[in-house]
Amino acid sequence: MEERKLMRGNEVIAEAAIRAGCQCYFAYPITPQAELLEHMAKNMPRLGRTFVQAESELGAINMVYGAAAAGVRAMTSSSSPGISLKQEGISYIAGANLPAVIVNMMRGGPGLGDIAPAQGDYFQATKGGGHGDYHMIVLAPSTVPEAGELTMLAFDLADKYRTPVMILADGMLGQMMEPVALPDPIDPASLPKKEWALTGAKGRDPNIILSFDLDPEVLKRMNLELQRKYHDIEQNELRYEEYQTDDADIVIAAYGTVARIAKTVVRMARADGIKLGLFRPITLWPFPYDKLRTVADRVDTILTVEMSAGQMWEDVRLAVAERAHTPFYGEMGGVVTTPNKILSEVKKYAG
Amino acid sequence: MPVNTENMIKVFGRPKSMTDVRSTYCPGCHHGILTRIIAQTIDELGIADRTVTIAPVGCAVFAYLWYKCDAVQASHGRASAVATGIKRANPKLIVLSYQGDGDFASIGTAESIHAANRGENITVIFVNNQVYGMTGGEMAPTTLIGQRTTTTPAGRDPGYFGYPIRFSELIATLDAPVYVTRQALYDTRRIMDAEKAIKKAFTYQVEGKGYSLVEVLSTCPTNWHMSPVDANRHVTEVVTKAFPLGDMVDRG
Repeated sequence: MEERKLMRGNEVIAEAAIRAGCQCYFAYPITPQAELLEHMAKNMPRLGRTFVQAESELGAINMVYGAAAAGVRAMTSSSSPGISLKQEGISYIAGANLPAVIVNMMRGGPGLGDIAPAQGDYFQATKGGGHGDYHMIVLAPSTVPEAGELTMLAFDLADKYRTPVMILADGMLGQMMEPVALPDPIDPASLPKKEWALTGAKGRDPNIILSFDLDPEVLKRMNLELQRKYHDIEQNELRYEEYQTDDADIVIAAYGTVARIAKTVVRMARADGIKLGLFRPITLWPFPYDKLRTVADRVDTILTVEMSAGQMWEDVRLAVAERAHTPFYGEMGGVVTTPNKILSEVKKYAG
Repeated sequence: MPVNTENMIKVFGRPKSMTDVRSTYCPGCHHGILTRIIAQTIDELGIADRTVTIAPVGCAVFAYLWYKCDAVQASHGRASAVATGIKRANPKLIVLSYQGDGDFASIGTAESIHAANRGENITVIFVNNQVYGMTGGEMAPTTLIGQRTTTTPAGRDPGYFGYPIRFSELIATLDAPVYVTRQALYDTRRIMDAEKAIKKAFTYQVEGKGYSLVEVLSTCPTNWHMSPVDANRHVTEVVTKAFPLGDMVDRG
């Protein structure tokens, strides 16, 4: 039975993780995701599950690596500078084919930046971040309820593909309260058994979890296996939303908080007689290149709007491949754009 | 002349939990002795089917090869954090974090201290050979004063590079660890002492008592540029002066 509650984005992600059967959560405090950590601190021990406040971001991600290797659903969360510190661990998790969920509530950067909402970590999240040829699935919610749904999905995808999955949101989504219908909890014991996990070599050969081999030919084969997995994910896991794109002349490409603001702009523009639509990638990796290209064939302009200097913009231009104009409008440093600002950008390209 | 084996009794052999994979360690290095002691302990306690070993970065990166146990390889310095994750996920497992001095006492300083301070119910074997072996003999946090390495070609000057760190002594100041000891393997008596210490450390974990740390002094004939015999003598006569042997904490 569904329960409806008014909750913050950070709390919803934490609660969704618990309901997804997350048994181990490790994290280090950082604004603006502290409520997530606090919700876990309060609720995980009550359920007989593990909450450890780690000594550092490196500690937290490597605890996740260990818990994931032991076969349980494991998660960590942080915000931009903390996620930078986790990159080596994420690369190991990807290389060792382990499932894990990582939440990034982005804040303004680079460096210490500020604690206001931003989208400057798109490159880091979607193009690797750590060393080596790897990807992780990146899910970008644009509302609080969707943050909960995508968190549940993140654990399923992580297990299905034995890969790290990131929830990429921002401080705005983390702090905002919305009514949420919480799904029924999953009993961790009901999840499929992980035959590869470190559970003790009883009546079987030892399970060994590695991300390395010193023989280049063997490591090449391991890399090719990863690439095959990424190909499968690209084929099967693309998620996106099109909003009023059917008759549009101009389409905004945006994700997360900005996409939510852009929906309002679509309604405002249409009241002014401008046929505006929205294309919202939900998976930032894999990026829905082909779908966006189809949209580009029907419209004059695809305006990318981000709270960054234009990071997703690169993927938009790759997708559009000069089939439409691809201008950009962005805010940085934690400045959140407004419907009126986006509308005045749209008007530059209308008619 | 053919040997009649009919009436022979096997008095010594490879521990059951040890594989017959060829060692990657150099001749005269003590890692091999230590590997055998650990396998023997796993046999004696009957825990092979619930032990997980963590291989570090460094000379012991292949540590997952030597035991018939589940294993995982950790990033440089993070083995104690990985051990924490495994043990917290499944407390029934017996977790061995096997780490060198660069791994445990330099790049992994934070993870090492905090796993100990939380009293994680794990066993850490910390191999101290005063040098980075795998990368070619650079200065370690434990490198002795005056010791020549590839990054201290004129010898370690403490005014410039700092002093050899006695990491186990640091850990011993914490309230949580149940057992902290330093052992060596340079002669039979020391090997027997080390066997007892390692068995005690694992036994405490099996009994759920908490964190144990066994530091083991090792030779590195290759990077010390010594024969195995001279390296052994160096541990006996020089290294044990900077790193005295014995128990620092035993709250079991």
